Amino acid sequence: MTQFEKPELVCPAGTPASLRTAVDAGADAVYCGFKGPTNARNFSGLNFTKAELSESVKYAHDRDAIVLAAINSFPTAGRTDLWKNSVDDAVELGLDAVIIADIGMAQYVAREHPDQRLHLSVQAGASSPEAINYYVEQFGVKRVVLPRILTVAEIKRVHDAIDCEIEAFVFGNIGMMAEGRCSLTNYVTGVSTNMDGVCSPASHVEYEPDENENLTTRLGEFAIDCISCGETAGYPTICKGRYDTAIKKNYYAFEEPISLNLTRLLPDLIKAGVTALKIEGRQRSRAYIRSVVSSFREAIDAYAAGDEPDISQLIALTEGGKETEGAFKSKTWR
Amino acid sequence: MTAQLTLGPVQYNWAADDWRDFYFKVADEAPVETVFVGEVICSKRAPLYDKYIPDIYERLTDAGKTVVFSTLSEVTTDIDRRQVKKVATSEGFLIEANDVSALYQMEKGPHYIGPLMNCYNEEALEVYAKGGATSICLNPEIPKSGIEALMKTAAPLNVDLEVQVYGRMSLALSARCYHARAHNRTKDSCLFVCDEDPDGMRLDTLEGDKFLTVNGIQTQSHSVLNLVECLDELQEIGVKKFRISPQSKGTFTAIDAFRDVLDGKLSPSEALKLMRDDSVDAPFSNGFYHQMPGYEWHDAVGN
Repeated sequence: MTQFEKPELVCPAGTPASLRTAVDAGADAVYCGFKGPTNARNFSGLNFTKAELSESVKYAHDRDAIVLAAINSFPTAGRTDLWKNSVDDAVELGLDAVIIADIGMAQYVAREHPDQRLHLSVQAGASSPEAINYYVEQFGVKRVVLPRILTVAEIKRVHDAIDCEIEAFVFGNIGMMAEGRCSLTNYVTGVSTNMDGVCSPASHVEYEPDENENLTTRLGEFAIDCISCGETAGYPTICKGRYDTAIKKNYYAFEEPISLNLTRLLPDLIKAGVTALKIEGRQRSRAYIRSVVSSFREAIDAYAAGDEPDISQLIALTEGGKETEGAFKSKTWR
Repeated sequence: MTAQLTLGPVQYNWAADDWRDFYFKVADEAPVETVFVGEVICSKRAPLYDKYIPDIYERLTDAGKTVVFSTLSEVTTDIDRRQVKKVATSEGFLIEANDVSALYQMEKGPHYIGPLMNCYNEEALEVYAKGGATSICLNPEIPKSGIEALMKTAAPLNVDLEVQVYGRMSLALSARCYHARAHNRTKDSCLFVCDEDPDGMRLDTLEGDKFLTVNGIQTQSHSVLNLVECLDELQEIGVKKFRISPQSKGTFTAIDAFRDVLDGKLSPSEALKLMRDDSVDAPFSNGFYHQMPGYEWHDAVGN
């Protein structure tokens, strides 16, 4: 295999400790959010205070890694100040980019902080060159995080038709719904993924064992799966549950509980024009982060040196033990 | 402007003749001011009924309705992109954008923003208004307090806010077709199986609770949104456009009932009874508006 320019490895950091872990394990960039609803992983015990982020940025910059601030939920009217303050803080702390989903917040960054590097979050759901070009022309977006629904061939076509860098997810949890356009959680729990930054909040998840040790998982009032004894399962979300329809019973109506793993497609993705490879999982443990980040570091370095990387460890880490190349490989996924 | 009723686009794959006849009946009988027409869910469906669009356009405009063409909501493939371009660049017609790609294609003239686009806050509203939007239909998950706050920005910009008050709610979009998946097919080889379900395919929990509705790449609520009891409040806030989203059954009853309530000829509770007697087999819900889980029903005070 021919050598190529190494892509940026973009890694998740849910806490200051996992940020340091990711940097030490070889991340080129880490992304993280402020505490509260301004980002799409608003879980308790997760995310950064301003002081924590300040120290973390210094830690990363001292080790030649960059830090990206995810401010990628959708502020409800009447409370945009919280989001604006987060943007202001990120700029003040010298974050290398802010990742924005809301069109209004994109305007705010472009207007108030025209020199701040702006990335378009996957939550913006910009899935076509026209949508991406709109954000580039209107707000000066420098990089788009692509929705996880495009094939490698389509990514190539997008790349050739847009005027900004591409960041693509390569590993971790994948939701089946178009990002930033899903209110399933709100329908069931009253907590909104877009407005509150939480999908399937743990506070509303219940596990109910029966006498045979089968486990019914419930989100709010609704059973979203029943896991039989011995089955492995990922974190319960509506889009990875099992349901009945008139024509098909007890099946994964949207998607199986699988994780994305594009290690094998890395060379193709880079050839398609992807600048940055993104790992999902700000809610994950430090041990997981260390393992995934260092494995990807090795894989990218091995590919770059013309070697075949060992990816067995990455496969072992995927959710429910199952991995997928998702939409990326072929459109039969659809 | 007095309170207007609007009719959202048919979101299901109805037989082309049924689709045409539905719009003819709207033209002839339904007291709605604005009618949205066009394929918002799947670009593969559009050619099935394209031939009838000139006829229904003429019939609707002859009946005094404003006709707005809605663009596709989830835009991924080249066919999707061509479809958006074709609609968004139609000269001399009003367009409702349901994806940012349509904004890119459109001339800067007046246009509508559909409920499948995100307009959650004042800043977003200003972006759309600056681009030429004159009317924005809000996502049904936005609660009353959000509608109220948005109205304070919309009013001075002369942007109308529209709120869906009836019909199943769009809860999620995807690149994958879940109708095809249920039939062990893919989106490309679907053979248009979604035409078997004129109100979408019901998805039940394993415990037998009716839960969601599959409509191709779209996931809808099972419950049918009904804000008839909130009309007074919405009008006090300043909302003047109320959207009915079509179902195969009960749509005309709902249109008449909402019109009569707006005109003070019918009480909300009487209207509810009429609508319950002629509806798809699903409960009504209004939870989102009251900042509760969307499937829930919150009784109006004193009802």
